[in-house]
Amino acid sequence: MAAFDLDFTLQQGEFTLAFSVQVEARALALFGASGSGKTSALEAVAGLRTPRRGRIAVNGHVLFDSERHVNVSVRNRRTGYVPQDILLFPHLNVRENVVYGLREGNRPDLHVLVELLELSPLMDRRVGSLSGGERQRVAMARALYSGPDVLLLDEPLAAVDLPRRRRIVDALLGIRDELSVPLIYVTHLPEEALTVADWALLIDNGRIAASGPPRDVMPSD
Amino acid sequence: MTAEIRDIAIFTTLAALAATAVMLVPGVAVAWLLARRQFPGKSLVETVVSLPLVMPPVATGLLLLWLFSRRGPVGALLARVGIEVVFTPAAVVIAMAVMGLPLLVRTARAGFEQVTRRYEEIAETLGAGPWRVFSTVTLPLASRNILAGAMLGFSRALGEFGATIVVAGSIPGRTRTLAVGIYTFAETGQDQQAAVLLIISVSIAFVAVLASNRLARQV
Repeated sequence: MAAFDLDFTLQQGEFTLAFSVQVEARALALFGASGSGKTSALEAVAGLRTPRRGRIAVNGHVLFDSERHVNVSVRNRRTGYVPQDILLFPHLNVRENVVYGLREGNRPDLHVLVELLELSPLMDRRVGSLSGGERQRVAMARALYSGPDVLLLDEPLAAVDLPRRRRIVDALLGIRDELSVPLIYVTHLPEEALTVADWALLIDNGRIAASGPPRDVMPSD
Repeated sequence: MTAEIRDIAIFTTLAALAATAVMLVPGVAVAWLLARRQFPGKSLVETVVSLPLVMPPVATGLLLLWLFSRRGPVGALLARVGIEVVFTPAAVVIAMAVMGLPLLVRTARAGFEQVTRRYEEIAETLGAGPWRVFSTVTLPLASRNILAGAMLGFSRALGEFGATIVVAGSIPGRTRTLAVGIYTFAETGQDQQAAVLLIISVSIAFVAVLASNRLARQV
């Protein structure tokens, strides 16, 4: 279980994102329509966007606190971020991408990671030759190998064909349960949120419209 | 080909290579600053770097002559430690580097601008500090443009005439370059020598520009 303290206001032009939630979860889903502010929230946790005010903490590790003038730099946040466009380094092969993070600390064993995400046949491939699902798994491995305190995933199934989605969901469950890395992930797919998350926030137009176990929060249709 | 012509071709190529090496680090640094940072006086730096492209090369040469002469601000300092630049091979290299720099900066800057900031942000989330982000992500992703810019700078250096003749002269076996040699031979009626130098000069420039264009297209 990880304690997520997300209480902040982020301004982006006319759009205001206002979060105020303290939850304990192994996997927290941010669920909502496109443009509701899910990605911005994820980027605020990663440090790529700076809130106007508030506090962001994961497991008591304060990443941002406007009152105490804390704003931990992106490189020191220990958040593994997998953006929707994945962004594997195109000039490096799979192995070089995965081992890019050199942080000391509680990073998983490379062998375990490669097994869990089924990367062994891919390790020497150029990233340009990978399928959407393969790219997603490599990006997750790259983020995890940097020893993050939390893994942030933006629509991890978006670039994956339907038949291959099960593999990514299994990988997410493995990360959550075998590696015990807490997850925050953005999705607009109810079934994905129901399978992986044990807590969900329904985001609507920059506000948390509902917070609770996924089954209670997800739209019934 | 006479020994003199061969020596001129070799000297010019080596001087242009040295000039490219001299301009590479400051050129890439300025290109990165212009592409990635906002700072006071940025437009002034942009203008100064581009000046050698639009100024008459002879005027650039005169400016360098003033800077590096024994009474000039840089030349006086160098004279104190016994270094003389004007009318030496070093002056050829400096003139070539100053004239080639704008082409390197412009091409490398475009390369840095093409590298999406998001790759750098991802590297930061993985714990990379500014130098690691630059050396392992930004620089490799912009490398083709930097190489193309260095090729263009090298080509420009090879053909340099106006600034070179003012600050380095046309001393046979010491500062005479291909361009200066063509002019000197043509003016003194040694048309055959001038023609050979012309062919050499066109051939080297052709290969350099071709390579530069190929690299730029592969970006």
